[in-house]
Amino acid sequence: MRTDDLVLMLATGSRHAGGEAFGRRLPVALAAGTGIAVLQMTVFLGIRPDLGSAAAGVDFWIKIAVPCALMAAALGLVLRLGRPGARMGPLPGLAAMPVALLWGLAAVSLFGAEPARWPELLLGETWAVCPFLIAFLAVPMFVSSFWTLRDLAPVRLRLAGAAAGLFSGATGAAVYSLHCPEMAYPFVATWYVLGMLMPVPLGAYLGPRLLRW
Amino acid sequence: MDRSTRERQWNSSEARLRGLLMAGLAGDEGAYLSFLRELSGHLRAFFRHRVAGMPSDVEDLVQETLLAIHNQRHSYDAGQPLTAWLHAIAKYKIVDLYRFRSSHGAVTASIDDVEAVLAFQDWDAEDARIDVEGMLATLPDHFRLPIVLVKLQGLSVREAAEATGMSESAVKVGVHRGLKRLAAWITEGK
Repeated sequence: MRTDDLVLMLATGSRHAGGEAFGRRLPVALAAGTGIAVLQMTVFLGIRPDLGSAAAGVDFWIKIAVPCALMAAALGLVLRLGRPGARMGPLPGLAAMPVALLWGLAAVSLFGAEPARWPELLLGETWAVCPFLIAFLAVPMFVSSFWTLRDLAPVRLRLAGAAAGLFSGATGAAVYSLHCPEMAYPFVATWYVLGMLMPVPLGAYLGPRLLRW
Repeated sequence: MDRSTRERQWNSSEARLRGLLMAGLAGDEGAYLSFLRELSGHLRAFFRHRVAGMPSDVEDLVQETLLAIHNQRHSYDAGQPLTAWLHAIAKYKIVDLYRFRSSHGAVTASIDDVEAVLAFQDWDAEDARIDVEGMLATLPDHFRLPIVLVKLQGLSVREAAEATGMSESAVKVGVHRGLKRLAAWITEGK
C-alpha cells in the first residue's frame, strides 16, 4: 500500500471509529490490583487482630500514609511515561519525599533509643519475611499496571516498567501494613522500603520486552 | 536554512498541525486527513536524514509511525507541544528499529533534536516493503471486515454493521483493534 493510500485509509471513518480515551483501563486495573491484594492478605496472612487499637495511634497511619503517598507519585509517573514526550516534572522528587520522611523518623527513633535496643527496632520479629510478603502482595498490581501501560504509548520502556514496579510495590506495602504488627520506624524504613523496591528491577527488565508497540 | 528561519517554520508547522489534529480528534475527517498528509512529508524528511539503509526502510518507518500515531492519537495531551509528542514517537520508532530488530544500519544524524521532526518535508515517496494490504487480507474477519468496509470503502459504522450482521460497537472495536493488530505485526515482523 502506498503511503498516500494508508493516510487516506487511516483518516476515513476516523470520526466514529475508535474514540478511545487515554488510560481507560486504569479504573479496572486499580480495582483489580488493590482488591486482589487485599484478598490475598486476608486469606493468606490475615488482618492484624489488634487493628482497632493500632488504628488509634498516629504511627499506624504514618505507616499506611507513606506507601499511599508513594503510590500516588508512582501512578503519576506511570501515566506520564505512558504519554510520548511528556515530562516527569517533580514526580521523582515527590516519590522520594515519603521515603525521606520515613528515614528521618527512623533516625530520630534510633538516636533516641539505647544502642542495645537497635537490633530490636531494626529487625522486629518479621524482618526475614516482610519484603517478600510485600512483593507477594504487589503481584496483582504489577500485572494490572503492565496491562494498563500496554494500552498507553510508553517510549521509555525500561523507565515505564520500573515505574509500574514501584507503583505495585507501594500498593503491596500499603495493603501489607493492614496485616503487619511491626510498628518501629527503623523496621518500616528498612524492610518496607526494600519490599517496595523489589518489583522495580523486574519491571525495568520486563518493560522493553512487554511494552513495545 | 539559518536558525531563525527554521524556528519560524517550525512554529508555524506546530500551530497549523496542532489545529488540524485537534479538529480531527473532534471529528473533522478532512482536517485529520490533512494532518496525516502533512505529517507523512515531515516524517519522511526526518527519517531520510537519519536512517541509513534501503530507501524502502524510510518508507516502512513512515508507514509504521503513521499507524502508531493514529492508533495512539488519544495519548496526545492538548496542553503539551505537539512537536514533543511527534518527536518522541518518531524517535522511539528509530530506536526500536535498531535495538529490537536484526536491522543492520545506523543512525546517521542526531535523533534528539525535537524541532527537527517538523523542520523539513519530503514528498518523494519510495515504495514501502511492508505490505499493509497483504497483512489486512490475513486478519480475522471480525477485524478485516470492519476495516475494509469503514476505512477502505467509506461506509458508515451503521452501514457496515448492517452489511456484516455485527453490532455497531463491534464494528468500531473491530476497526480499532484490527489496526492495532496490524501495527503489532509490523513492529514484530521485521
